[in-house]
Amino acid sequence: MVRFENVGMRYGAGPEVLRDITLRLEPGSFHFLTGASGAGKSSLLKLIYLAERPSRGLISLFERDIATMPRREMPALRRRIGVVFQDFRLIEHLSAFDNVALPLRVAGVAEHQIVEHVSELLTWVGLAEHLQARPATLSGGQQQRVAIARAVIGRPSLLVADEPTGNVDEDLAYRLMRLFEELNKLGTTLVVASHNETLVDRFDHPRLHLAHGELTLQRAPGKAKR
Amino acid sequence: MLRRRLDLPLDRDGSGRFLPWIVALMVYLSSLALAGTLVVRDVLERWDQGLQGTVTVELPAKPAGGKEDGAVELALKLLRATPGVLSAEPLDAKRTAQLLSPWLGAEVDVAELPVPRLIDLRVDPARADLPALRQRIKAAIPGAELDDHRRWLDRVIRTGFALQAVAFAIVVLVGAVAVLAVVFATRTGLAVHHAVVEVLHLIGARDGYIARQFEWHALRLGIEGGIAGLVLAVLTVAGVAAAAERVGAIDDAMRLLPIIEAPLYEWALLLVLPVAAGLIAMLTARITVLQALKRMP
Repeated sequence: MVRFENVGMRYGAGPEVLRDITLRLEPGSFHFLTGASGAGKSSLLKLIYLAERPSRGLISLFERDIATMPRREMPALRRRIGVVFQDFRLIEHLSAFDNVALPLRVAGVAEHQIVEHVSELLTWVGLAEHLQARPATLSGGQQQRVAIARAVIGRPSLLVADEPTGNVDEDLAYRLMRLFEELNKLGTTLVVASHNETLVDRFDHPRLHLAHGELTLQRAPGKAKR
Repeated sequence: MLRRRLDLPLDRDGSGRFLPWIVALMVYLSSLALAGTLVVRDVLERWDQGLQGTVTVELPAKPAGGKEDGAVELALKLLRATPGVLSAEPLDAKRTAQLLSPWLGAEVDVAELPVPRLIDLRVDPARADLPALRQRIKAAIPGAELDDHRRWLDRVIRTGFALQAVAFAIVVLVGAVAVLAVVFATRTGLAVHHAVVEVLHLIGARDGYIARQFEWHALRLGIEGGIAGLVLAVLTVAGVAAAAERVGAIDDAMRLLPIIEAPLYEWALLLVLPVAAGLIAMLTARITVLQALKRMP
Protein backbone atom coordinates (compact mmCIF):
# COMPACT_ATOMS: atom_id res chain seq x y z
CA MET A 1 0.00 0.00 0.00
CA VAL A 2 2.81 2.40 0.92
CA ARG A 3 6.29 1.86 -0.43
CA PHE A 4 9.35 4.07 0.07
CA GLU A 5 12.64 3.29 -1.69
CA ASN A 6 15.74 5.24 -0.60
CA VAL A 7 13.70 8.33 0.00
CA GLY A 8 15.44 11.50 1.06
CA MET A 9 13.87 14.82 1.89
CA ARG A 10 15.09 18.30 2.58
CA TYR A 11 13.32 21.63 2.95
CA GLY A 12 14.67 24.09 0.40
CA ALA A 13 18.46 24.10 0.41
CA GLY A 14 18.65 22.88 4.02
CA PRO A 15 20.10 19.58 5.22
CA GLU A 16 18.28 16.31 4.65
CA VAL A 17 15.71 15.75 7.38
CA LEU A 18 15.03 12.24 6.12
CA ARG A 19 17.72 9.99 4.69
CA ASP A 20 17.49 6.75 2.75
CA ILE A 21 14.05 5.84 4.03
CA THR A 22 12.93 2.46 2.80
CA LEU A 23 9.69 1.00 4.07
CA ARG A 24 6.70 -1.00 3.03
CA LEU A 25 3.29 -0.86 4.70
CA GLU A 26 0.93 -3.69 3.89
CA PRO A 27 -2.85 -3.16 3.60
CA GLY A 28 -4.58 -3.51 6.97
CA SER A 29 -1.39 -2.97 8.99
CA PHE A 30 -1.06 -0.72 12.05
CA HIS A 31 2.27 0.99 12.71
CA PHE A 32 3.36 3.49 15.27
CA LEU A 33 5.87 6.07 14.15
CA THR A 34 8.08 6.99 17.07
CA GLY A 35 11.06 9.21 17.66
CA ALA A 36 12.10 12.25 19.59
CA SER A 37 10.76 15.67 18.74
CA GLY A 38 12.48 16.91 15.58
CA ALA A 39 13.37 13.38 14.46
CA GLY A 40 11.38 13.86 11.25
CA LYS A 41 8.10 12.09 12.10
CA SER A 42 5.91 14.86 10.71
CA SER A 43 8.06 15.13 7.59
CA LEU A 44 7.70 11.41 6.93
CA LEU A 45 3.95 11.60 7.41
CA LYS A 46 3.76 14.61 5.07
CA LEU A 47 5.39 12.50 2.39
CA ILE A 48 2.79 9.78 2.98
CA TYR A 49 -0.19 12.12 2.82
CA LEU A 50 1.28 13.98 -0.16
CA ALA A 51 1.79 17.34 1.51
CA GLU A 52 5.45 17.29 0.48
CA ARG A 53 7.48 15.76 -2.31
CA PRO A 54 10.70 13.82 -1.70
CA SER A 55 14.05 15.28 -2.73
CA ARG A 56 15.08 11.85 -3.97
CA GLY A 57 13.95 8.25 -4.03
CA LEU A 58 10.70 6.61 -5.00
CA ILE A 59 7.36 6.77 -3.25
CA SER A 60 4.55 4.51 -4.30
CA LEU A 61 1.02 4.74 -2.88
CA PHE A 62 -1.68 2.25 -3.73
CA GLU A 63 0.73 0.79 -6.32
CA ARG A 64 1.07 4.18 -8.06
CA ASP A 65 4.40 5.98 -8.41
CA ILE A 66 3.55 9.49 -7.26
CA ALA A 67 6.41 11.08 -9.21
CA THR A 68 4.85 10.13 -12.53
CA MET A 69 1.21 10.47 -11.53
CA PRO A 70 -0.65 13.26 -13.41
CA ARG A 71 -1.72 16.14 -11.17
CA ARG A 72 -5.38 15.68 -12.06
CA GLU A 73 -5.35 12.21 -10.48
CA MET A 74 -3.89 13.40 -7.17
CA PRO A 75 -7.19 14.53 -5.55
CA ALA A 76 -8.72 11.07 -5.98
CA LEU A 77 -5.60 9.53 -4.41
CA ARG A 78 -5.70 11.98 -1.51
CA ARG A 79 -9.31 11.04 -0.79
CA ARG A 80 -8.10 7.52 -0.05
CA ILE A 81 -5.88 8.91 2.69
CA GLY A 82 -7.35 10.25 5.93
CA VAL A 83 -5.20 12.64 7.92
CA VAL A 84 -5.41 13.63 11.57
CA PHE A 85 -3.21 16.69 11.78
CA GLN A 86 -1.06 17.40 14.82
CA ASP A 87 -2.83 20.71 15.42
CA PHE A 88 -6.23 19.36 14.24
CA ARG A 89 -6.47 22.07 11.55
CA LEU A 90 -10.21 22.38 11.93
CA ILE A 91 -11.77 25.23 9.98
CA GLU A 92 -12.77 27.77 12.58
CA HIS A 93 -15.76 29.33 10.87
CA LEU A 94 -17.38 25.98 10.10
CA SER A 95 -19.40 23.94 12.59
CA ALA A 96 -18.27 20.51 13.75
CA PHE A 97 -20.78 19.06 11.28
CA ASP A 98 -19.46 21.08 8.34
CA ASN A 99 -15.83 20.31 9.24
CA VAL A 100 -16.53 16.60 9.17
CA ALA A 101 -18.65 16.95 6.02
CA LEU A 102 -15.83 18.66 4.13
CA PRO A 103 -14.18 15.55 2.60
CA LEU A 104 -17.58 14.39 1.37
CA ARG A 105 -18.46 17.79 -0.06
CA VAL A 106 -15.20 18.08 -1.98
CA ALA A 107 -15.87 14.58 -3.32
CA GLY A 108 -19.29 15.70 -4.56
CA VAL A 109 -21.36 13.38 -2.33
CA ALA A 110 -25.10 14.17 -2.28
CA GLU A 111 -26.18 16.40 0.62
CA HIS A 112 -28.74 13.94 2.02
CA GLN A 113 -26.05 11.27 2.29
CA ILE A 114 -23.71 13.78 3.92
CA VAL A 115 -26.31 14.62 6.56
CA GLU A 116 -26.90 10.96 7.31
CA HIS A 117 -23.25 9.84 7.46
CA VAL A 118 -21.83 12.84 9.29
CA SER A 119 -24.54 12.82 11.96
CA GLU A 120 -24.03 9.10 12.46
CA LEU A 121 -20.25 9.41 12.78
CA LEU A 122 -20.34 12.39 15.13
CA THR A 123 -22.81 10.48 17.30
CA TRP A 124 -20.43 7.52 17.28
CA VAL A 125 -17.54 9.66 18.56
CA GLY A 126 -19.79 11.15 21.24
CA LEU A 127 -20.46 14.55 19.72
CA ALA A 128 -24.15 14.22 18.90
CA GLU A 129 -24.87 17.24 21.08
CA HIS A 130 -22.27 19.39 19.36
CA LEU A 131 -23.09 19.09 15.66
CA GLN A 132 -23.44 22.83 15.18
CA ALA A 133 -20.71 23.87 17.60
CA ARG A 134 -17.77 25.86 16.27
CA PRO A 135 -14.33 24.37 17.03
CA ALA A 136 -13.44 27.27 19.32
CA THR A 137 -16.30 26.32 21.66
CA LEU A 138 -15.19 22.67 21.92
CA SER A 139 -12.67 21.23 24.37
CA GLY A 140 -9.34 19.86 23.14
CA GLY A 141 -10.63 16.30 23.30
CA GLN A 142 -13.79 17.19 21.40
CA GLN A 143 -11.78 18.97 18.73
CA GLN A 144 -9.58 15.91 18.49
CA ARG A 145 -12.61 13.71 17.86
CA VAL A 146 -13.93 16.11 15.21
CA ALA A 147 -10.53 15.94 13.52
CA ILE A 148 -10.58 12.14 13.64
CA ALA A 149 -14.15 12.05 12.34
CA ARG A 150 -13.13 14.29 9.44
CA ALA A 151 -10.21 11.97 8.69
CA VAL A 152 -12.34 8.82 8.59
CA ILE A 153 -15.65 10.08 7.15
CA GLY A 154 -14.55 9.28 3.60
CA ARG A 155 -13.68 5.70 4.66
CA PRO A 156 -10.04 6.05 3.68
CA SER A 157 -7.91 3.01 2.99
CA LEU A 158 -5.00 4.64 4.78
CA LEU A 159 -5.24 6.74 7.94
CA VAL A 160 -2.30 8.89 9.00
CA ALA A 161 -2.34 10.52 12.43
CA ASP A 162 0.32 12.96 13.55
CA GLU A 163 0.57 13.09 17.35
CA PRO A 164 -3.19 12.61 17.69
CA THR A 165 -2.95 12.36 21.46
CA GLY A 166 -0.62 15.26 22.00
CA ASN A 167 -3.21 17.54 23.54
CA VAL A 168 -5.36 15.17 25.55
CA ASP A 169 -5.05 13.42 28.91
CA GLU A 170 -3.81 9.84 29.29
CA ASP A 171 -7.28 8.37 29.59
CA LEU A 172 -8.62 10.06 26.46
CA ALA A 173 -5.39 9.27 24.61
CA TYR A 174 -5.87 5.59 25.40
CA ARG A 175 -9.50 5.70 24.23
CA LEU A 176 -8.50 7.42 20.99
CA MET A 177 -5.95 4.68 20.35
CA ARG A 178 -8.66 2.09 20.93
CA LEU A 179 -10.77 3.95 18.37
CA PHE A 180 -7.90 3.69 15.88
CA GLU A 181 -7.66 -0.03 16.60
CA GLU A 182 -11.37 -0.37 15.85
CA LEU A 183 -10.84 1.37 12.51
CA ASN A 184 -7.88 -0.90 11.82
CA LYS A 185 -10.06 -3.94 12.47
CA LEU A 186 -12.44 -2.60 9.82
CA GLY A 187 -9.55 -2.80 7.33
CA THR A 188 -8.02 0.67 7.48
CA THR A 189 -4.24 0.82 7.32
CA LEU A 190 -2.89 3.05 10.08
CA VAL A 191 0.26 5.01 10.74
CA VAL A 192 0.16 6.85 14.06
CA ALA A 193 3.01 9.14 15.02
CA SER A 194 3.60 9.59 18.73
CA HIS A 195 6.45 10.52 20.98
CA ASN A 196 4.50 9.16 23.97
CA GLU A 197 6.43 5.94 24.60
CA THR A 198 4.28 5.03 27.58
CA LEU A 199 1.14 5.14 25.49
CA VAL A 200 2.69 3.27 22.57
CA ASP A 201 3.93 0.55 24.94
CA ARG A 202 0.33 -0.24 25.83
CA PHE A 203 -0.40 -1.45 22.28
CA ASP A 204 0.87 -4.44 20.44
CA HIS A 205 1.82 -2.91 17.07
CA PRO A 206 5.17 -2.62 15.26
CA ARG A 207 7.06 0.65 15.45
CA LEU A 208 8.79 2.66 12.80
CA HIS A 209 11.43 4.48 14.77
CA LEU A 210 13.05 7.64 13.43
CA ALA A 211 16.33 8.94 14.76
CA HIS A 212 18.53 11.53 13.04
CA GLY A 213 16.47 11.24 9.87
CA GLU A 214 16.94 7.49 9.57
CA LEU A 215 14.24 4.87 10.00
CA THR A 216 14.36 1.51 11.69
CA LEU A 217 11.57 -1.00 12.04
CA GLN A 218 11.02 -2.36 15.54
CA ARG A 219 8.84 -5.37 15.95
CA ALA A 220 5.92 -5.24 18.39
CA PRO A 221 6.98 -6.04 21.93
CA GLY A 222 4.56 -8.94 21.91
CA LYS A 223 3.12 -8.23 25.30
CA ALA A 224 1.52 -4.90 25.44
CA LYS A 225 0.64 -3.34 28.78
CA ARG A 226 -3.08 -2.59 28.64
CA MET B 1 -27.33 38.35 -3.61
CA LEU B 2 -25.14 35.57 -4.98
CA ARG B 3 -24.39 34.32 -1.49
CA ARG B 4 -23.60 30.64 -1.25
CA ARG B 5 -21.99 28.38 1.31
CA LEU B 6 -18.22 28.82 1.23
CA ASP B 7 -15.64 26.67 2.99
CA LEU B 8 -13.37 29.71 3.05
CA PRO B 9 -14.46 32.70 5.16
CA LEU B 10 -13.66 35.15 2.38
CA ASP B 11 -16.37 37.55 3.53
CA ARG B 12 -14.72 38.01 6.89
CA ASP B 13 -11.25 39.10 5.92
CA GLY B 14 -10.07 42.41 4.55
CA SER B 15 -8.63 41.02 1.31
CA GLY B 16 -11.66 41.93 -0.77
CA ARG B 17 -13.00 44.82 1.28
CA PHE B 18 -11.97 47.51 -1.18
CA LEU B 19 -12.60 45.48 -4.31
CA PRO B 20 -16.23 46.62 -4.78
CA TRP B 21 -15.12 50.25 -4.46
CA ILE B 22 -12.34 49.77 -6.98
CA VAL B 23 -14.70 47.98 -9.38
CA ALA B 24 -17.32 50.70 -8.82
CA LEU B 25 -14.80 53.37 -9.80
CA MET B 26 -13.69 51.35 -12.82
CA VAL B 27 -17.26 50.78 -14.01
CA TYR B 28 -18.05 54.46 -13.39
CA LEU B 29 -15.14 55.58 -15.60
CA SER B 30 -15.90 52.93 -18.22
CA SER B 31 -19.57 53.93 -18.26
CA LEU B 32 -18.68 57.56 -18.80
CA ALA B 33 -16.22 56.66 -21.53
CA LEU B 34 -18.79 54.41 -23.20
CA ALA B 35 -21.51 57.05 -22.81
CA GLY B 36 -19.14 59.61 -24.34
CA THR B 37 -18.52 57.27 -27.26
CA LEU B 38 -22.26 56.81 -27.82
CA VAL B 39 -22.86 60.56 -27.67
CA VAL B 40 -20.02 61.38 -30.07
CA ARG B 41 -21.17 58.71 -32.50
CA ASP B 42 -24.76 59.89 -32.28
CA VAL B 43 -23.81 63.52 -32.84
CA LEU B 44 -21.59 62.64 -35.80
CA GLU B 45 -24.33 60.54 -37.36
CA ARG B 46 -26.86 63.33 -36.95
CA TRP B 47 -24.51 65.89 -38.46
CA ASP B 48 -23.62 63.54 -41.30
CA GLN B 49 -27.29 62.83 -42.04
CA GLY B 50 -28.20 66.50 -41.61
CA LEU B 51 -25.62 67.58 -44.16
CA GLN B 52 -26.33 64.77 -46.63
CA GLY B 53 -27.55 66.39 -49.86
CA THR B 54 -26.97 69.88 -48.50
CA VAL B 55 -24.66 72.05 -50.55
CA THR B 56 -23.95 75.77 -50.35
CA VAL B 57 -22.97 77.79 -53.39
CA GLU B 58 -21.02 80.87 -52.48
CA LEU B 59 -20.96 83.70 -55.00
CA PRO B 60 -18.61 86.68 -54.75
CA ALA B 61 -19.95 89.80 -53.05
CA LYS B 62 -21.83 92.36 -55.17
CA PRO B 63 -19.63 94.80 -57.01
CA ALA B 64 -18.90 98.11 -55.28
CA GLY B 65 -21.99 100.34 -55.05
CA GLY B 66 -24.36 97.40 -54.57
CA LYS B 67 -25.23 97.16 -58.23
CA GLU B 68 -26.81 93.83 -59.24
CA ASP B 69 -24.56 91.85 -61.64
CA GLY B 70 -27.00 89.03 -62.41
CA ALA B 71 -24.69 86.39 -60.88
CA VAL B 72 -27.38 84.97 -58.59
CA GLU B 73 -29.89 84.59 -61.41
CA LEU B 74 -27.26 83.00 -63.66
CA ALA B 75 -26.22 80.58 -60.96
CA LEU B 76 -29.81 79.65 -60.15
CA LYS B 77 -30.57 78.99 -63.81
CA LEU B 78 -27.51 76.79 -64.14
CA LEU B 79 -28.15 74.95 -60.90
CA ARG B 80 -31.85 74.31 -61.48
CA ALA B 81 -31.02 72.86 -64.88
CA THR B 82 -28.54 70.40 -63.40
CA PRO B 83 -29.71 66.77 -62.95
CA GLY B 84 -29.89 65.74 -59.30
CA VAL B 85 -30.49 69.23 -57.98
CA LEU B 86 -33.76 69.15 -56.05
CA SER B 87 -33.92 72.83 -55.15
CA ALA B 88 -31.80 75.95 -55.28
CA GLU B 89 -32.82 78.91 -53.10
CA PRO B 90 -30.81 82.06 -52.55
CA LEU B 91 -30.46 83.26 -48.99
CA ASP B 92 -32.16 86.63 -48.70
CA ALA B 93 -30.69 89.56 -46.84
CA LYS B 94 -32.67 88.78 -43.69
CA ARG B 95 -31.44 85.18 -43.45
CA THR B 96 -27.87 86.24 -44.22
CA ALA B 97 -28.11 88.84 -41.46
CA GLN B 98 -29.33 86.12 -39.08
CA LEU B 99 -26.35 83.90 -39.93
CA LEU B 100 -23.91 86.74 -39.36
CA SER B 101 -25.56 88.14 -36.26
CA PRO B 102 -23.47 86.10 -33.77
CA TRP B 103 -20.36 87.87 -35.11
CA LEU B 104 -21.64 91.23 -36.39
CA GLY B 105 -24.65 91.83 -34.15
CA ALA B 106 -28.35 92.10 -35.02
CA GLU B 107 -28.36 95.78 -35.99
CA VAL B 108 -25.97 95.63 -38.90
CA ASP B 109 -27.26 96.13 -42.47
CA VAL B 110 -25.65 93.37 -44.55
CA ALA B 111 -26.63 95.13 -47.76
CA GLU B 112 -23.88 97.63 -47.04
CA LEU B 113 -21.25 94.98 -46.44
CA PRO B 114 -19.28 93.07 -49.08
CA VAL B 115 -20.51 89.69 -47.91
CA PRO B 116 -20.67 86.71 -50.27
CA ARG B 117 -24.07 85.80 -51.64
CA LEU B 118 -25.20 82.28 -50.71
CA ILE B 119 -27.45 79.80 -52.47
CA ASP B 120 -28.83 76.90 -50.45
CA LEU B 121 -28.87 73.82 -52.61
CA ARG B 122 -30.66 70.49 -52.00
CA VAL B 123 -29.36 67.65 -54.11
CA ASP B 124 -29.99 63.97 -54.53
CA PRO B 125 -26.59 62.51 -53.52
CA ALA B 126 -27.16 59.48 -55.75
CA ARG B 127 -27.71 61.55 -58.90
CA ALA B 128 -25.83 64.78 -58.41
CA ASP B 129 -22.28 65.00 -59.80
CA LEU B 130 -20.86 67.63 -57.45
CA PRO B 131 -17.28 67.83 -58.88
CA ALA B 132 -18.71 68.49 -62.37
CA LEU B 133 -21.17 71.01 -60.99
CA ARG B 134 -18.33 72.76 -59.15
CA GLN B 135 -16.38 73.09 -62.40
CA ARG B 136 -19.39 74.43 -64.30
CA ILE B 137 -20.37 77.03 -61.70
CA LYS B 138 -16.76 78.23 -61.44
CA ALA B 139 -16.57 78.56 -65.22
CA ALA B 140 -19.89 80.45 -65.38
CA ILE B 141 -19.25 82.79 -62.46
CA PRO B 142 -15.60 83.55 -61.66
CA GLY B 143 -14.94 83.40 -57.96
CA ALA B 144 -17.92 81.14 -57.23
CA GLU B 145 -17.40 78.24 -54.77
CA LEU B 146 -19.39 75.10 -54.13
CA ASP B 147 -19.15 73.79 -50.58
CA ASP B 148 -20.60 70.37 -49.77
CA HIS B 149 -19.29 70.71 -46.13
CA ARG B 150 -17.40 67.47 -46.63
CA ARG B 151 -13.98 68.86 -45.72
CA TRP B 152 -15.28 70.27 -42.45
CA LEU B 153 -17.34 67.21 -41.68
CA ASP B 154 -14.45 64.83 -42.45
CA ARG B 155 -12.28 66.70 -39.97
CA VAL B 156 -15.01 66.49 -37.35
CA ILE B 157 -15.53 62.78 -38.04
CA ARG B 158 -11.78 62.15 -37.72
CA THR B 159 -11.82 63.98 -34.41
CA GLY B 160 -14.83 61.92 -33.38
CA PHE B 161 -13.02 58.69 -34.23
CA ALA B 162 -10.02 59.86 -32.23
CA LEU B 163 -12.30 60.55 -29.25
CA GLN B 164 -13.85 57.11 -29.59
CA ALA B 165 -10.40 55.52 -29.73
CA VAL B 166 -9.40 57.39 -26.57
CA ALA B 167 -12.59 56.25 -24.85
CA PHE B 168 -11.92 52.65 -25.90
CA ALA B 169 -8.35 52.92 -24.60
CA ILE B 170 -9.71 54.22 -21.29
CA VAL B 171 -12.08 51.25 -21.03
CA VAL B 172 -9.21 48.83 -21.77
CA LEU B 173 -6.91 50.53 -19.25
CA VAL B 174 -9.63 50.61 -16.63
CA GLY B 175 -10.31 46.92 -17.28
CA ALA B 176 -6.61 46.13 -16.89
CA VAL B 177 -6.49 47.99 -13.58
CA ALA B 178 -9.59 46.12 -12.40
CA VAL B 179 -7.95 42.80 -13.33
CA LEU B 180 -4.81 43.76 -11.36
CA ALA B 181 -6.95 44.73 -8.36
CA VAL B 182 -8.69 41.35 -8.46
CA VAL B 183 -5.35 39.53 -8.79
CA PHE B 184 -3.96 41.29 -5.71
CA ALA B 185 -7.17 40.78 -3.71
CA THR B 186 -7.24 37.09 -4.64
CA ARG B 187 -3.58 36.59 -3.79
CA THR B 188 -4.14 38.29 -0.46
CA GLY B 189 -7.14 36.03 0.14
CA LEU B 190 -5.01 33.00 -0.69
CA ALA B 191 -2.32 34.14 1.71
CA VAL B 192 -4.80 34.89 4.51
CA HIS B 193 -6.56 31.55 4.10
CA HIS B 194 -3.52 29.50 3.18
CA ALA B 195 -4.11 27.07 6.07
CA VAL B 196 -7.71 26.33 5.04
CA VAL B 197 -6.76 26.11 1.36
CA GLU B 198 -4.06 23.60 2.29
CA VAL B 199 -6.53 21.49 4.31
CA LEU B 200 -8.96 21.47 1.38
CA HIS B 201 -6.12 20.52 -0.94
CA LEU B 202 -4.95 17.70 1.33
CA ILE B 203 -8.38 16.17 1.85
CA GLY B 204 -8.70 15.80 -1.90
CA ALA B 205 -10.39 18.97 -3.14
CA ARG B 206 -9.77 19.50 -6.81
CA ASP B 207 -8.15 22.79 -7.79
CA GLY B 208 -11.41 23.80 -9.48
CA TYR B 209 -13.33 23.29 -6.22
CA ILE B 210 -11.00 25.63 -4.33
CA ALA B 211 -10.95 28.13 -7.21
CA ARG B 212 -14.76 28.20 -7.25
CA GLN B 213 -14.79 29.53 -3.70
CA PHE B 214 -12.78 32.57 -4.82
CA GLU B 215 -14.67 32.84 -8.12
CA TRP B 216 -18.08 33.24 -6.51
CA HIS B 217 -16.73 35.71 -4.00
CA ALA B 218 -15.10 37.79 -6.77
CA LEU B 219 -18.24 37.57 -8.95
CA ARG B 220 -20.40 38.89 -6.13
CA LEU B 221 -18.01 41.71 -5.25
CA GLY B 222 -17.56 42.59 -8.93
CA ILE B 223 -21.28 42.80 -9.64
CA GLU B 224 -22.00 44.74 -6.43
CA GLY B 225 -19.27 47.24 -7.24
CA GLY B 226 -20.32 47.33 -10.88
CA ILE B 227 -23.93 48.18 -10.04
CA ALA B 228 -22.79 50.97 -7.69
CA GLY B 229 -20.49 52.38 -10.38
CA LEU B 230 -23.22 52.20 -13.02
CA VAL B 231 -25.76 53.98 -10.81
CA LEU B 232 -23.25 56.79 -10.22
CA ALA B 233 -22.49 56.96 -13.94
CA VAL B 234 -26.19 57.10 -14.87
CA LEU B 235 -26.69 59.96 -12.41
CA THR B 236 -23.70 61.78 -13.89
CA VAL B 237 -24.86 61.27 -17.48
CA ALA B 238 -28.38 62.39 -16.53
CA GLY B 239 -26.89 65.52 -14.96
CA VAL B 240 -24.82 66.26 -18.05
CA ALA B 241 -27.86 65.67 -20.27
CA ALA B 242 -29.97 68.05 -18.20
CA ALA B 243 -27.22 70.68 -18.36
CA ALA B 244 -26.88 70.24 -22.13
CA GLU B 245 -30.64 70.58 -22.60
CA ARG B 246 -30.64 73.76 -20.54
CA VAL B 247 -27.83 75.26 -22.64
CA GLY B 248 -29.72 74.22 -25.78
CA ALA B 249 -32.86 75.97 -24.54
CA ILE B 250 -30.97 79.22 -24.14
CA ASP B 251 -29.63 79.24 -27.64
CA ASP B 252 -30.72 76.87 -30.34
CA ALA B 253 -27.39 77.19 -32.07
CA MET B 254 -25.76 75.59 -29.07
CA ARG B 255 -27.62 72.36 -29.76
CA LEU B 256 -24.38 71.25 -31.34
CA LEU B 257 -23.52 70.26 -27.77
CA PRO B 258 -23.95 66.55 -27.12
CA ILE B 259 -27.65 66.28 -26.45
CA ILE B 260 -28.12 62.68 -25.41
CA GLU B 261 -30.40 61.15 -28.00
CA ALA B 262 -28.85 57.73 -28.64
CA PRO B 263 -31.46 54.95 -28.86
CA LEU B 264 -32.45 53.16 -25.66
CA TYR B 265 -31.00 49.83 -26.73
CA GLU B 266 -27.58 51.47 -27.01
CA TRP B 267 -27.89 52.83 -23.49
CA ALA B 268 -28.87 49.33 -22.40
CA LEU B 269 -25.29 48.37 -23.33
CA LEU B 270 -24.22 50.14 -20.17
CA LEU B 271 -26.14 47.53 -18.16
CA VAL B 272 -23.69 44.96 -19.47
CA LEU B 273 -20.82 46.69 -17.64
CA PRO B 274 -21.58 45.44 -14.09
CA VAL B 275 -22.08 41.92 -15.42
CA ALA B 276 -18.87 42.20 -17.41
CA ALA B 277 -17.07 43.52 -14.33
CA GLY B 278 -18.35 40.56 -12.30
CA LEU B 279 -17.37 38.03 -14.97
CA ILE B 280 -13.91 39.57 -15.41
CA ALA B 281 -13.40 39.47 -11.63
CA MET B 282 -14.61 35.87 -11.55
CA LEU B 283 -12.36 34.72 -14.37
CA THR B 284 -9.36 36.61 -12.99
CA ALA B 285 -9.84 35.09 -9.53
CA ARG B 286 -10.12 31.61 -11.04
CA ILE B 287 -6.94 31.94 -13.10
CA THR B 288 -5.05 33.45 -10.14
CA VAL B 289 -6.08 30.64 -7.77
CA LEU B 290 -5.37 27.88 -10.28
CA GLN B 291 -1.91 29.32 -10.92
CA ALA B 292 -1.22 29.48 -7.18
CA LEU B 293 -2.48 25.94 -6.57
CA LYS B 294 -0.18 24.59 -9.26
CA ARG B 295 2.70 25.43 -6.93
CA MET B 296 1.30 23.14 -4.22
CA PRO B 297 2.54 19.52 -4.17
